[in-house]
Amino acid sequence: MMEIREGDRIRIKKETDSGVVVYEGIVMPTASRNIVIKLDSGYNIGIRPGNAEVEVIDREEVLTDEKKERGGVLNKTRKEDLPILAILSTGGTIASKVDYRTGAVSPQFSTEDILEAIPELGEIGNIRGKVIYSILSENMRAEYWSKLAAEVYNEIKNGAEGIIVTHGTDTMGYTAAALSFMVQTPVPVVLVGSQRSADRPSSDAAMNAICAAKVACSDLAEVVVVMHGSTSDEFCFIHRGTKVRKMHTSARDAFQPINDIPIGKVYYDTNDIEKIRLEFFSAYMKRGEKELELRAKLEEKCCLIKFYPGADPAILELFIAQGYKGIVLEGTGLGHVSAEWIPGVASAIKRGIPVVMTSQCIYGTICDRVYDTGRDLLHAGIIEGEDMLPETALVKLMCVLGQTTDMEEVRRLMHENIAGEIKGRSMKGCIF
Amino acid sequence: MEIDYHKIGLKAGLEIHQQLDTGTKLFCKCPTTLIDKKESRFSFNRYLRASKSEMGEVDEAAREEEKYSRTFIYKGYDSTCLVENDEEPPRELNREAIDISLEVALLLNMNPGDEIHTMRKIVIDGSNTCGFQRTALLATDGRIETEEGLVRVDSLCLEEDAAQKIETEGNAVGYSLDRLGIPLVEIGTAPDIRTAEQARKVAEQLGMILRSTGKVKRGLGTIRQDINVSIEGGARVEIKGVQNLRLIGEIVKNEIVRQLKLIELKDALNKRAARVEHRIEDLSKIFDATSSRVIKKAGGNVFGVCLRGFSGILGTEIQPGRRFGSELADFATKYGVGLMHTDELPAYGITEEEVERMKRTFDATEDDAVVVVAAERERAEEALKAVLRRVEGAMRAIPEETRRALPNGSSAYMRPLPGAARMYPETDVPPVEIDEERLKEINSKLPETFEHRKTRYKEKFGLNDELADKISRNVNFSLFERVMDSYENLPATLVVRTLTDTLAELMQEGIEVEKLEDRHFVDTFEQLASNAFAKEAIPAILKFLVNQPETSVDKAIEEIGLIADMEAVEKLIADIVNSKTDFIHAKGARAVGPLMGVVMKELRGKVDGKVISKILEEKVKEVLEDG
Repeated sequence: MMEIREGDRIRIKKETDSGVVVYEGIVMPTASRNIVIKLDSGYNIGIRPGNAEVEVIDREEVLTDEKKERGGVLNKTRKEDLPILAILSTGGTIASKVDYRTGAVSPQFSTEDILEAIPELGEIGNIRGKVIYSILSENMRAEYWSKLAAEVYNEIKNGAEGIIVTHGTDTMGYTAAALSFMVQTPVPVVLVGSQRSADRPSSDAAMNAICAAKVACSDLAEVVVVMHGSTSDEFCFIHRGTKVRKMHTSARDAFQPINDIPIGKVYYDTNDIEKIRLEFFSAYMKRGEKELELRAKLEEKCCLIKFYPGADPAILELFIAQGYKGIVLEGTGLGHVSAEWIPGVASAIKRGIPVVMTSQCIYGTICDRVYDTGRDLLHAGIIEGEDMLPETALVKLMCVLGQTTDMEEVRRLMHENIAGEIKGRSMKGCIF
Repeated sequence: MEIDYHKIGLKAGLEIHQQLDTGTKLFCKCPTTLIDKKESRFSFNRYLRASKSEMGEVDEAAREEEKYSRTFIYKGYDSTCLVENDEEPPRELNREAIDISLEVALLLNMNPGDEIHTMRKIVIDGSNTCGFQRTALLATDGRIETEEGLVRVDSLCLEEDAAQKIETEGNAVGYSLDRLGIPLVEIGTAPDIRTAEQARKVAEQLGMILRSTGKVKRGLGTIRQDINVSIEGGARVEIKGVQNLRLIGEIVKNEIVRQLKLIELKDALNKRAARVEHRIEDLSKIFDATSSRVIKKAGGNVFGVCLRGFSGILGTEIQPGRRFGSELADFATKYGVGLMHTDELPAYGITEEEVERMKRTFDATEDDAVVVVAAERERAEEALKAVLRRVEGAMRAIPEETRRALPNGSSAYMRPLPGAARMYPETDVPPVEIDEERLKEINSKLPETFEHRKTRYKEKFGLNDELADKISRNVNFSLFERVMDSYENLPATLVVRTLTDTLAELMQEGIEVEKLEDRHFVDTFEQLASNAFAKEAIPAILKFLVNQPETSVDKAIEEIGLIADMEAVEKLIADIVNSKTDFIHAKGARAVGPLMGVVMKELRGKVDGKVISKILEEKVKEVLEDG
């Protein structure tokens, strides 16, 4: 038997109780031990190689995996009246398609693919694109945030009037927070993703990307996340990068503002890009108000520890022993860990390792002055994370430690509102 | 029209979609029951976009649907979940559904594949929230025997049912999510069917095999047929959504007629050197003061094109109630606009004078036709362009397409035939390997064959050969057994006759007996077994239940005013006869005729006429004999 390859057209003759059955089709990539072919009807079917006679009929390079060139201006003809928008692609569902090796969805789309799939983007701005990463966002790392921040900085420096970062949704909140702290921007920096893969007709990728491009053309000069605001294809919310969290595993409106309201809303109710309009609910930084500045240095050796009833205080010791330079705790309620943990916290702080308290309630502000444990924590030197999201507090701590190791300076910066991460006033109805 | 099937070279194939009676849906744990649309708890809106297949192509049918830019509104229920909303990945393939499908496959002498791959079949008419239907090929290479010969069964797929369309308003199409995800088997035959009659029989036979498993849903809408038809010199056309078995033959005939007519039209057009002008004219001015409601509703916007040499063609009938103009209108309808043409005008409130001005705009002669649509420019232009493409196609060949079955047996354009490009793997659902042991187990428990059943019925119920054969091959055989086991005093012959002949007669009368569910029959026989009415009234009760399926049988008996007591009937007839003895003596045996009228006035619909006639004859005879 001639060895079969992916893309070959083959004929399989299989002996069965009722005679010989013939299957003919193209060999598909598979992780299974069976031969998987695509029949002319379009269906795939798997056949056990035993009792089967396989014959290669035609060998063609059917599944060529075209590698597209990275970077460059995508719109061939520049439209003078449209702003220059840079799309930086990092991967994720918005940029994913079928992987022939595993049969799973994986990030492979180039910026060209995105433009080809969503041609409307070319009518909103002069698009130039760059693939920074092709990864699922769970594979993001702090060092990647630094590189991404530098890319955003360079694009703005090179004349981009708006930045769109396509990103996997799993850790988009972290990256949004990171860019918020690392890039002081005079133009919009918009992170966008999709919850349902771009290879399906119902994907939220197109609408999210179009709304993101509209925001990238607006006068809002902040790092924001633009994603579906409801399950319907009706509007997107513009979330402040430090105050947004993925609150659902799969729904389109997974991104919710925490302890804040969205900055604004993008109406997409007509499916017509001419009719898209923006509405802002709260004050925001305007285009050109701030100078472009990059603070790319991070202390990556920071961790986020979630406390649970009975959690062993040795956990804290392990991190310290591993050389961690900053710790964010996700405590209970108003910001607590068990009394057993307090000596460890005190010892860490004494050794110059800042410990920041946030709450696993997600909603609300830290207040360690109410209960004894809280007061003991304050006495031990804990830094209250205010109304910051635990993830935002972690990223901020990395950023702050990248600038200073002075405990008092760290404490001051962690309490200071740098990028909208601390609201200061908690209001009922913050759950939008 | 008499059709010589051999001469025209008919090749037809069937595709049957049957809902399975599983506990949960194919890819989630929701129940497989339909819900009253009023119970809807929420709704949401979506748009769909054509996306590329794994081969990098976009399916033509999907591409065309995308052009219509519609909003889809979905209604959800407590009985639906995030999977139906396309807000959560599907669960693994429902094992119960796989088992039922394998059982059906084995009954059709098919060969199951070894590993089942769920595919996404792109459908962007909104009927699936994802924009694709999940479907998996389970088995191939089967066959069934028919009187007219062998029909190969090419494929059996397990797929999810689509959402039900509940309303259309302008660009918005409303769907209900309760049906979405109910498991279906799709059985496709090869184009081995040679006559319209055979098509109906094959559909019946497949339906019966499906029901013999006892694991498929019954009732209106639980089984749907698609038919592929082609004739020599014609085209392959798929007609979708036939819910009524009786219509299958009619639909095949009407499609043959349509294709033959289109071939005639094509030849006529070429002979006339007909041609299409692509110039779209704004005709709104002509209708400034129009009294046409259609045009006023469209804000007075009218656009038109001229078809040179098409006069009379648009008005030519190609199917019952459908002209060539209706074919063109189907294309305009896709853009939500109505179409009018000079073969049918003046009409719709458009005057002779307005028609003349329309024609003058194009310098149209009496050989030419003008086609207009009333809509704003963009939509009108898109619609007219689609119409022109169809007209140009008509001069070349019959287009291959997917059509929608209409209730009268004709059909309307739906979309181009989809290709293999619309299939790509559903990567959220892992492939399922078919376990050989499990397959053997299913094979060992297949429902009994007709022959075995027939013998059993003869022995158990004492049926004669003819009736045993009839009921064992009938779709209602399991219902028959159920009734016989429950009400032992009922004569088997009566139950068989009811479930076969009576239903066939009612069907011939045009009664939609397929609306009847098992419970209707069981209840009817229960009442009959307890002598609540006379057996002669069975057809009347069934007819009543077809019209009022929610009414109980005892209520039906009351409503119809059935007289259960035959003694009472006899007494009533005797009373009438006794009051007319003079008349009877005068007329002799011929008195039966006029008296029948009097008696029927009292008993019409309550007792079978034949029975009345028999009693009446006896009573009259008695009177005459008594002197």
